[in-house]
Amino acid sequence: MNGIHDLGGMHGLGPIRPEPDEPVFHEDWERRVFGLMVATFGGGQYNVDEFRHAIERMDPAHYLESSYYEHWLSAVETLLVEKGVLSADELAARKAELAREAA
Amino acid sequence: MSSHRHNRPLSEVELRVKALESLLAEKQLIDPAAVDEIIETYEHKVGPRNGARVVARAWTDPAYKERLLGRGSEAIAELGFSGVQGEDMVVVENTDQVHNLVVCTLCSCYPWPTLGLPPVWYKSAPYRSRAVSDPRGVLREFGVEVPASTEIRVWDSNAELRYLVLPKRPAGTEGMSEDELAGLVTRDSMIGVGQPRSPRG
Repeated sequence: MNGIHDLGGMHGLGPIRPEPDEPVFHEDWERRVFGLMVATFGGGQYNVDEFRHAIERMDPAHYLESSYYEHWLSAVETLLVEKGVLSADELAARKAELAREAA
Repeated sequence: MSSHRHNRPLSEVELRVKALESLLAEKQLIDPAAVDEIIETYEHKVGPRNGARVVARAWTDPAYKERLLGRGSEAIAELGFSGVQGEDMVVVENTDQVHNLVVCTLCSCYPWPTLGLPPVWYKSAPYRSRAVSDPRGVLREFGVEVPASTEIRVWDSNAELRYLVLPKRPAGTEGMSEDELAGLVTRDSMIGVGQPRSPRG
């Protein structure tokens, strides 16, 4: 599939910025996304090709703007909804509930 | 685990993650303790120290090096490093004639059992786009000068095949033990964007 993820050879994407002594994760939510992906993948909810394809199906503008673990989060949400494990409504309702609790 | 330090509203992405985790836990599709264990493993137990052991063994044991270059995954597993994202490993050797560089242009494939999780720059658009079209320019950005007479080979990883660079053993390390040598091997030298440390520091 030729899409925005197929970056090899593309021009104008700027300098590479290595971070000295970079931590494995930068935010706690990145840790959780990593763990949730490995756990649901390991639980057989989807395979690696489906996972990569779900990332590749992200909105191309959002793909470029969002961070790596947000790609993972989007892919896990997409696949679990498509496979009927969770519904988009359930996710939205739980998010609203958590936002109210945290406010 | 970090809820005590949230005295600001949760971001959109944090809310999405919490919603996802709480629903999966409720449906008993994940065990949060098992998720903690996965995180702990990849944050603290797996990392480039593993790859450094492999490189140092190859530098000191010619028979091991031959096995490593011939059947990468099996030779790496001899040292106990195997598992997800390391199933099919190809080890490529730097020499005076060839310098190897590893990228994943499509995403982020990387040999987890030997190097741990990839740094942000490896997964970033600038590195993925340019490693294949201007590898010498990319290497210069990392401070690595490769002589014009040395061929540069760029390896584009994928979900089925991952690469580890076997860097050149630095000069002046003749009397060093395998442990001491492992201390010279950097993550970047095993991706191909760096050289091992010099024994003189």
